[in-house]
Amino acid sequence: MKEEFKIIADSIEREKSILDVGCGDGELMKFIYENISKKIRGLEISKDNVQKCIQKGLTVIEGNAEMDLQQFPSNSFDYVILSQTLQAFLNPEKVISDLLRIGKTSIVTIPNFGFWKVRFNLLFKGTMPVTKTLPNEWYNTPNLHMCSIKDFVNFCNDRKINLFKSLALTNNKVSSINKFNLNFKNLTSELGIFLIEK
Amino acid sequence: MNEFNNIKKIIIKKPLKLDCGVTIVDYPLAYETYGKLNQDKDNAIMVFHALTGDQYASGKNPVTNKDGWWSYVIGPNKALDTNKYFIICANVIGGCMGSYGPSSIDKKSGKKIGINFPVITINDMVNAQFNLLDHFNIDKLFCVTGGSMGGMQVLQFIANYPDKSKIAIPIACSASHSAQNIAFNELGRQAIMADENWKNGNYELENKSPAKGLSVARMAAHITYLSKKGLQEKFGRKLQERDKIKFGFDADFQIESYLRYQGSIFVDRFDANSYLYITRAMDYFDLSKNSTGDLSKVFKNTKTKFFIISFTSDWLYPTAENREIVIALNAINADVGFLEVKSDKGHDSFLLDVPDFLNALKNFVDNSYKK
Repeated sequence: MKEEFKIIADSIEREKSILDVGCGDGELMKFIYENISKKIRGLEISKDNVQKCIQKGLTVIEGNAEMDLQQFPSNSFDYVILSQTLQAFLNPEKVISDLLRIGKTSIVTIPNFGFWKVRFNLLFKGTMPVTKTLPNEWYNTPNLHMCSIKDFVNFCNDRKINLFKSLALTNNKVSSINKFNLNFKNLTSELGIFLIEK
Repeated sequence: MNEFNNIKKIIIKKPLKLDCGVTIVDYPLAYETYGKLNQDKDNAIMVFHALTGDQYASGKNPVTNKDGWWSYVIGPNKALDTNKYFIICANVIGGCMGSYGPSSIDKKSGKKIGINFPVITINDMVNAQFNLLDHFNIDKLFCVTGGSMGGMQVLQFIANYPDKSKIAIPIACSASHSAQNIAFNELGRQAIMADENWKNGNYELENKSPAKGLSVARMAAHITYLSKKGLQEKFGRKLQERDKIKFGFDADFQIESYLRYQGSIFVDRFDANSYLYITRAMDYFDLSKNSTGDLSKVFKNTKTKFFIISFTSDWLYPTAENREIVIALNAINADVGFLEVKSDKGHDSFLLDVPDFLNALKNFVDNSYKK
């Protein structure tokens, strides 16, 4: 399993309720279901992925997070997970506010646009960055609103969102992000993992 | 009409007060079963049929000699696997395959009940069928499922008996019959009633049959079960056994011939009055009307696990209406899954060989049984 998923799973307490927004083929859900909590459900936009989740015995709703999150009641889950999907939304701000409303804790991961390889691409090659976490070309990327780790931290601070745990991931190595190393982590991390609350 | 000598039936002694106020008692309910009930009695699935269905969901229908209406779904190793599950399907009350309906004989007069049959609802149908649990001594079903009107019965079943099924799979249905659907049903009823042989519903007494009216009703309804794309691909403007149009009102086009055929075979197996009563029951279906429009309240006591399925090309019970049910269940944090299956086969998709549908159904049912 991806290191990112291990970190997410480690952040979740046993037998708590979880909503995985954009759950994909259900890999993370299945791991959580089998090891941490049976009370997990997913929301997924792709029909093929919904089928794969059903095959795994997972409860999934086919839907679009931007339209369908509003139907979930406030505080209905202990955790809401959003793994590497935030940048693909038309209105990420609205999605974050829905996550905070639905879940007591939200776990958000983002591919870091501040990562040095990304910057290198644009600075020296003069082309839109293509990396491990950003594998698409500019013309076929689903990503609409890329941000860096620093952008996301600023976003939370500006909105008084309680960012109580920030982790950075590079080459499967995890480290903490704090206000003293933020600029450095923003340069050296492929992925940011954040636990946020209202 | 059909003879009912070999049909399995129970006579329900327990009085049932219908929504219209009439109480029925000692009435027959015809059913069929597939597979075996296990020792723990935890493998029973109740399947509800749609408007023109009956209890013969699989195998050969002994009356029509055709395959059961859900043959793609029910059978050994199929989505509802008869090697594993015990499947019960009853003919709804109001129907014409042996259950209490307008073509039943009135004990007092010795004649067919006809239009004197009380108006029934989806709620009445479900309450009548619930008696089968007692009959088989089953405390709790594993699953309730059905498409279209069968899906409505699934929703009604869970609303009435929130702890009597482990899982529920309503397919291609709605919690509230739409104006458009009422309109189509009314068109069908008017076609029947406009047939001079309908005789105010007493056609049986005069040995007549409103076959033309019923056939037109079926033709109109049949169009609503298909999709525009499906029709276009299957028929287009193809002509029926001719090279050019004949400048008349004979069936020039294949689609015309097809619809006429569908209408003509339907009248052999279905009672016109049953068509009136069952479509009426569908029109009256509005599950949230007693909770002032709040569908969530209807399900608030249930622990049942739901899986709702719709089809992309179904414009009779479109995805949006199926999604309403998902939204209502989500709002009370019920255990609900949802899938919109891609298919060009319209509303009828749930009856046909649509692998994405059949696979999802099988996976969901089998995985839920394991747990």
